[in-house]
Amino acid sequence: MIPQAFNYEAPTTLAGAIALLQKYGSDAKIMSGGHSLIPMMKLRLATPEHVIDISGIKGMEYIHEEGGYLKIGALTKEVALEESKLIHSKYPLITDATKMIADPSVRNLATVGGNLAHGDAANDHPAVMLALRASVLASGPNGDREISIDDFFLGFFTTALEPDEILTEIRIPIPPARSGGAYLKMERKVGDYATAGVAVQLSLDASGRCHQIGIALTNVSAASMRSTRAEEALRGQTLSDDLIQKAATMAAQDCDPNADLRGSVAYKRSIVKTLVTRAIHSAVERAGA
Amino acid sequence: MANITVHINGVAQTLDVEPRLLLVHLIRENLNLTGTHIGCDTSSCGACTVLMDGRSVKSCTVYAVQANGKEIMTIEGLAQGGLHPLQEGFKEEHGLQCGFCTPGMIMRCVDLLERNPNPTEDEIRWGISGNLCRCTGYNNIVKAVEYAAKKMQGAEVPAAETVA
Repeated sequence: MIPQAFNYEAPTTLAGAIALLQKYGSDAKIMSGGHSLIPMMKLRLATPEHVIDISGIKGMEYIHEEGGYLKIGALTKEVALEESKLIHSKYPLITDATKMIADPSVRNLATVGGNLAHGDAANDHPAVMLALRASVLASGPNGDREISIDDFFLGFFTTALEPDEILTEIRIPIPPARSGGAYLKMERKVGDYATAGVAVQLSLDASGRCHQIGIALTNVSAASMRSTRAEEALRGQTLSDDLIQKAATMAAQDCDPNADLRGSVAYKRSIVKTLVTRAIHSAVERAGA
Repeated sequence: MANITVHINGVAQTLDVEPRLLLVHLIRENLNLTGTHIGCDTSSCGACTVLMDGRSVKSCTVYAVQANGKEIMTIEGLAQGGLHPLQEGFKEEHGLQCGFCTPGMIMRCVDLLERNPNPTEDEIRWGISGNLCRCTGYNNIVKAVEYAAKKMQGAEVPAAETVA
């Protein structure tokens, strides 16, 4: 499969990349690892006239805690998340998700920023970041602006990024003590998109009640979604099996999957219910309950 | 056209390429290194796996321009004065039948063993999860990687049984 011809640019600075976006407007696409964009270009589902490869910009690959946040540079590769001891110890749902993204060779090039900026509800990081209540930094000609992840995914392959903005950083509030998370994904085979995926992050207080909770779903709606009703059912509560079942049922009711080769609507709702239940139990266990 | 310099198997190659040229086509057609195969052409099967700056990548999903200034190693560059332990392992443990997946499988495992010199069976299976083999059922591939891991750590590796 041969993509349509395009002009290739490889700026070495962020300012240079933004200037190119201003010049080319919506005829340009940003590329980092290329593992979402190139397959779409080979199928000619995407036919950008200009491809701006930002992978050569230095200083955008990092994972560190600072000022109350875990900060992840947008060009951080999936393999770096997968191998990070910090991520594994304090943000296990990111490790869970990263290990389920595509396959090891793809994770050598694919980036977390690209996974989010692509705006595909089938991607795994969107639900993870919703559960973690992250925000993203968008850099444009007028500087940076922080966008809450809840305001980022606007619809089918549509994000809040302006045509001249680049996603440069992800910020995740450092979870308090007695926090845990999990990401569970049902896939037909390695490398497939999720039949359904569930991200859960929660924190327990001294009495064992759940005082913070994030529940978000992968590939069961046009835009990546938070299961607000399920979260509200659990916040402030002691997490009994009955209550978890009730919340899982709400998540299954509130998602909006399409029937496709991966399964019927009813099947996908059933998977969501099962995965929400399991992910909450796993998150509670990891929180040290 | 873009002018790029790619170091392939240790040799710098400077070429003019169309930006849409895929790395696998550069390797096979421009440089005539046909050990790297094209299987699915959709980054699913791993037949086209090569090393880029030491990390395994699927060259059907990388543009040649992305390899500008980078070190690429293909299966042709692996043997240095005799077979690489992975090549030897695949031979000794019968890690291939038709051989189509083999170059990609081996290049993937070079990266795997570089990062994890003593992998468990599970880690090997997980590590090759993006490389498909339709002949072997993977068991002998896993044995081949275990053979190479032992050999690369200096252990004596028993010779495989010989056929009279």
